[in-house]
Amino acid sequence: MKLFAQRALGPVTLVLLGLTIWLGIWVTPPDAVQGNLARLLYVHPAVATVALYLSYGTATVASALYLWKRTRSMTLDRIAEAAVEVSLVFIVLTLITGSIWGRPAWGVWWVWDARLTSTAILGVLALGCLALRRANDDPVVRARRSAVFVIISAINVPIDHYSVEWWKTLHQGATVFNPGGGLKVHGSMMWTLLLSFVSFSMAFLWLLRARYRLSERQYQNTERALQEALDQRRAEVTN
Amino acid sequence: MIRTALLVAAKDLRIEARSRVLLWQVVPFGVMALLLIGLAVGPSATTTRHLAPGLFYVVLVLVSLLMINRSQAVENSPGTKTSVTMLGLDQAGVFIGKALALLLELAMTSVVLLVGVVLFLHVPLHGALIASPSVLLTIATMSVAGTLYGAIAAGVDGPATLLPVLALPAFAPLLIAGERSFASAVIGGALAKWLLILILALIVYVAIGIILYGALEES
Repeated sequence: MKLFAQRALGPVTLVLLGLTIWLGIWVTPPDAVQGNLARLLYVHPAVATVALYLSYGTATVASALYLWKRTRSMTLDRIAEAAVEVSLVFIVLTLITGSIWGRPAWGVWWVWDARLTSTAILGVLALGCLALRRANDDPVVRARRSAVFVIISAINVPIDHYSVEWWKTLHQGATVFNPGGGLKVHGSMMWTLLLSFVSFSMAFLWLLRARYRLSERQYQNTERALQEALDQRRAEVTN
Repeated sequence: MIRTALLVAAKDLRIEARSRVLLWQVVPFGVMALLLIGLAVGPSATTTRHLAPGLFYVVLVLVSLLMINRSQAVENSPGTKTSVTMLGLDQAGVFIGKALALLLELAMTSVVLLVGVVLFLHVPLHGALIASPSVLLTIATMSVAGTLYGAIAAGVDGPATLLPVLALPAFAPLLIAGERSFASAVIGGALAKWLLILILALIVYVAIGIILYGALEES
């Protein structure tokens, strides 16, 4: 059952993403004010939510659990590494889709808006985490340092979340999960938007699993190569 | 913890006083950077006065990166880590001590840079004096955060190049808050709001440092 669920993850994700695209482009009507530009909202908010909360949240939780001596294991380190990488992919997608929307809506590809800037900073922090991992040869030191770094850099997530409330800038406030309650999106547009959250969350899980398995194989290959080198050395000494 | 902090801070400051790296290398670099930026911006007093708070903090961030690297290089010299482990020093105390020494070094550099800002970038002296508490608060937060990031980047391949990649994004919100509070002090504005943000950031970084610094130094 578990194996079936793991194998079904990819196809199910592709079907859901396809369904989101179909509903977003062909079924939902154009927006009354923004016209077809509003269709980007079936991608951008979901991608941003996955990048900020799901991916970075997973990395932070895995890192905190790694640092806690009772739960410490290299599996958690590999999960954190995979989550940071996937997070970086989704942050880049968030910035790209935001820019595509911003050009016709605001007249520019980029503005020094608090939300945009804090998201870009989070992206650079994720990049820094990956750079830190590659600069360490010792797996234990690498795991420990990157865990601390991920936890510190997670301070930026609430800053990013509340930036639209703290600083009154160009980026709009929360539409679906707004603090005042009450949904501001209706009908087929609402369902498509909600579906996009589900499908991109599934895409995150799929990518996370693929990256985790890659890390595991890299680790196994390193171990095997080390064992072979040791065996070879032993054989040389014996002969 | 306080005793360890004072011991470590005194040790770092003593090393700095003997080597004079701060005096002969870091401070001249800061003044030179300020002059170069002034040249790049142009001679207009109105423009330089308007840009002064941001330029001051950009130079301060660059200087702080040099000092953080230096502070960690001292810690990574042969035998130091072993000695600290053997002595059983409280890691939270070591963290506070290193941050304290860095704060004092940065404060000395800031005084020189503030004089430079008044002389070269035409900021009124009373404006610079009003801004000094917010500068102190900003460099305190930068010292604490910098000590943490310095420890993360220490002992890896190319720590000097890795540190800016790790620390600069984290310094960005501090730079914004520092620049805004400096500008508010000079031209008027919501100074209290930015000071509050800086105090909150300082508390968060001190708490995280006390909890996590030990994990970085764990063997």
